[in-house]
Amino acid sequence: MSDQETLISVRDLQLSFGPKIIQQKVSFDLKKGSIFAVMGGSGCGKSTLLRSIVGLLRPTEGQIMVGGDDYWAQDDARRTAINRRYGVLFQNGALWSSMTVGENVALPLEMFTDLKPDAIEQLVRLKLGLVGMEHAIDLFPFEISGGMRKRAGLARAIALEPDILFFDEPSAGLDPITSARLDDLILTLRDGLGATIVIVSHELPSLFTIADDGIFLDAVTHRPIAHGSPRELHDNCTIPEVTAFMHRSASIPSQTEQKAEQHV
Amino acid sequence: MTQNSSTSLSTKTASSPSWSVESTAAGVCLTIKGKWTALTGEAMLFPQDALPPAKAGQTLTFDANGLDGWDSSFITFVWNVKRAAGQASLSFDSQALPASAQRLLALLPEKTEKPAPHQENKEGILAHIGGATLNTLQEIGTVSSLALQVVKGAVQAVRGKSSMRLKDLLVDIWNAGPSALLIVSVVNFLVGAILAFVGLLELRKFAAEIYVTNLVGIASAREISAIMTAIIMAGRTGGAYAARISTMQGNEEIDALQVTGIPLAGYILLPSILSLVIMMPFLYLYGTMVAIFGGFVVSMSMMDLSPIGYWLSTFDGVDLSQFAFGFVKSLFFAGFIALAACRVGLKAGRSAADVGIAATRAVVIGIVGVIALDAVFAIIANAAGI
Repeated sequence: MSDQETLISVRDLQLSFGPKIIQQKVSFDLKKGSIFAVMGGSGCGKSTLLRSIVGLLRPTEGQIMVGGDDYWAQDDARRTAINRRYGVLFQNGALWSSMTVGENVALPLEMFTDLKPDAIEQLVRLKLGLVGMEHAIDLFPFEISGGMRKRAGLARAIALEPDILFFDEPSAGLDPITSARLDDLILTLRDGLGATIVIVSHELPSLFTIADDGIFLDAVTHRPIAHGSPRELHDNCTIPEVTAFMHRSASIPSQTEQKAEQHV
Repeated sequence: MTQNSSTSLSTKTASSPSWSVESTAAGVCLTIKGKWTALTGEAMLFPQDALPPAKAGQTLTFDANGLDGWDSSFITFVWNVKRAAGQASLSFDSQALPASAQRLLALLPEKTEKPAPHQENKEGILAHIGGATLNTLQEIGTVSSLALQVVKGAVQAVRGKSSMRLKDLLVDIWNAGPSALLIVSVVNFLVGAILAFVGLLELRKFAAEIYVTNLVGIASAREISAIMTAIIMAGRTGGAYAARISTMQGNEEIDALQVTGIPLAGYILLPSILSLVIMMPFLYLYGTMVAIFGGFVVSMSMMDLSPIGYWLSTFDGVDLSQFAFGFVKSLFFAGFIALAACRVGLKAGRSAADVGIAATRAVVIGIVGVIALDAVFAIIANAAGI
């Protein structure tokens, strides 16, 4: 994979909230066409890392190099221009609640293209059709379910034909079947659109299926402790935190509480 | 042999919980009897010093043959025993307890854990003052740049190149205008009536009742209606803006806008601010009329003056410049309330409680700010001789 073009190169990144360090010494390369997984337990800073890459949180140290430019050294206009190549799916879809699903997908197109309204409507129908949501075009976000909101968010994220798609916990809060369908959809879109994908998740099934590179963040030392695809880490990694995560083991047997409850 | 029973069995029924400790050759044995349920029985405590003296390294065992049902009160008790045993360096053998109780106990630590301290802010008073000053300056900068962006957005809107959606503006105008008419009417009517009532009582002493028209007219046109309407709108619309924007914040909608590169100023702030700035002066004019009408109703019932005479006297006594002054003030009040509310909403945290805090702050800042602004206007007017 080393011969592929590097889209984003993260170098010694440090992320903090005030005096509290979330992650430090984070370095990785995002190769074109890959699906990159950001792994780690809850609260280790996965989503924070994603936010700093897409321009929502300024890192306290280090660089995010995009096409040879230091992303955070650019001015707002230049960063917005870089962001035009990104599509982001937020945890709960983050649909704009005052607009219908269709208007949500249409807004970026209206804002950044000179297309005529009927051309925009065609595109909106296409994107919604790809995620199986064309019927919901006139519904408001509060009228549809959580899974549908995520799919609509996905349609909005791919509205401007992004080169890189970012997913923040795509399967969180979804049942296994819906989440498996979303995984399939992500894979299909990757192949169809030729997009590179960065995915933040602690859900193992989705990670194993789709990611082919990744980084593992540790919540205790606030550093990345392993690099590689989830499959590689699952099979070969010997770091205890990573094996525990990958094999879903914890020090407490999971049935203890259930059995005790029956007695009480 | 030491015998130590905490309850005398004779006064209790057979299923009452009871316990006793005795020293044995291997260490200590704790006998437990009865039904240990917290909700139907009584909670039992294990005193720190209840363990008989034993050598370190000996074992604490249980005899739970007489145990007849248990819940968390039992676990609480045994946990206390476990910690007491830990302090006395006895090894803790829970094998005689029910298996599920053993598993619960295994989850609990042997020593009491200290509650984690809150993150303390240990900076000195000077650093505190300095930090607050810097924050204030930064906040002024942020709000100014927001205001500038909104003005730019408004100019773009006039040229027809705005990112603002007309639908959003119309919805906001409806909320900030027509739907506020009722409360604006009620408050201004009552204020006008009160002014007339109090004024009449005082003016009557000087046989100057006719001047009540000037009193009500000037007071409401110049000050009261502008302030009252602004306070109503700060509570009604300002709070709503802050709550709406902070909810969008919690739902990551603001993040989605920023990532997509859709300007917040044009898209979120402009419709909110513009709608209030457009509607507030009209609400003010309407409120002034209603206040004068309130004064009129009271005056008609309390003094001997023809209706036409009252209105003629009002328009004679209240100069048009008074209305102009109130009109300009209400423009500034509207801008301030809307901008402050939007800023508070954008700055809010992401939890449900933060939405409430943001709404409260927006209303408080709005009301206090309006009154402070009014004082500034009074000083300027005095200096300019208006």
